[in-house]
Amino acid sequence: MVAKAVWRPDIKELARIEGQKRPVESGHRLCAGCGAGIIIRQIAMAARKPLVWINATGCVEVATTIFPYTSWNIPWAHNAFENAAAVGSGVEAARKKLARVNRFDVDPDVELDYDVIVLGGDGGTYDIGLQAISGAFERRHKIMYVLYDNEAYMNTGIQRSGGTPFGARTTTTPVGKVIKGKPLFKKPIMDIMVAHGIPYAATVSPAYWNDALVKFRKGFEAEGPAFIHAFSTCPLGWGSAPEDTVKIMKLAVETCVFPLYEVVDGEYRLTGPSVSIAKNPDRKKPVEEYLKLQGRFRHMFKPENKWMIEKFQEWVDRQWETLLKRAGY
Amino acid sequence: MSTPMVGWKDLPMAAVPFLSAREYPTGEWAVFQPKIDESKCVKCGLCWMYCPDSVYRWDGESVPVPDLDHCKGCGICATECPTKAIEMVRI
Repeated sequence: MVAKAVWRPDIKELARIEGQKRPVESGHRLCAGCGAGIIIRQIAMAARKPLVWINATGCVEVATTIFPYTSWNIPWAHNAFENAAAVGSGVEAARKKLARVNRFDVDPDVELDYDVIVLGGDGGTYDIGLQAISGAFERRHKIMYVLYDNEAYMNTGIQRSGGTPFGARTTTTPVGKVIKGKPLFKKPIMDIMVAHGIPYAATVSPAYWNDALVKFRKGFEAEGPAFIHAFSTCPLGWGSAPEDTVKIMKLAVETCVFPLYEVVDGEYRLTGPSVSIAKNPDRKKPVEEYLKLQGRFRHMFKPENKWMIEKFQEWVDRQWETLLKRAGY
Repeated sequence: MSTPMVGWKDLPMAAVPFLSAREYPTGEWAVFQPKIDESKCVKCGLCWMYCPDSVYRWDGESVPVPDLDHCKGCGICATECPTKAIEMVRI
């Protein structure tokens, strides 16, 4: 169950609070125009309690804590790809134990009222860390797992992952005579996570910041594990212009490549611009608009590869139809 | 290297970064950096919200001020500004 009162984020108040606390400090070495930089700021803005941040290996981990510098002004720990959710579970379970042995009275400096956030990239979530997340969700630890999905192993040099979409060029699925980008489709990670019966799951595009902040807050307030799938543009790996980061995040929602919805106790509900697209199907843009801004899909626009765009569109339509049915449209 | 090697028992338990990233000037990467036309700014705060590098300082009332020591010059703020008050200028 999620708390009923809806939080309405006020951008001016958020700016004042962030200016005082500075949870994520400037000077980290994410690429110019990295979408993950926006996501980590928005998570910290939406927090209502002190945060304990568990970070799986990935771009965010590597770029924000290059020795001896750190960007974090909040408690933060780095873990391997595969055990981030397990460490998050441990941190959450430690609070229960400490409360039970009344440690709080012994040492008044120990803050026990905190939220645990686990952040992982698509490599650490779709592929390597999947079983630890599954275990943590099965044990009903009160953690929020945020997946920032830049659709390949960008940090190690753009290798394909389970989250890479159809046709995308990566260094392990190059475009040539035999294959033209990744021949397979993206893994339906949201369906897998929803199947665990968790109280809250949602997709987030940071370009729609209001929607994103509300969902992060609901994830923190959920009574049990929460899963958030955040869409993160990667200018380096996607071959897009750094200034188009937020534009691509918006287009992904408008073309229904990445529809915005939340699943509360198994009930699907569309949010933000996806609602207006569901009510008014003319507003759904063709996928070309999303694909053409990215160098990794450039080969699709050659005349002989037109079937790839059609196949991509067909996949998007099928996913969207399924979602509409689930949400009751 | 004149300092003697330290044994493993003398090393800290884990790698703990101890300097704030603020001391690392990522602004050196930039080719273009934002310049705000204060007369066009409507103080909506979108540049502050969409900045991946927490570069904008904004108290919620006045015109946001970019911290050019850390701005990498991605240009998201200039693209997303609804009144086109931000211009990317070559430095």
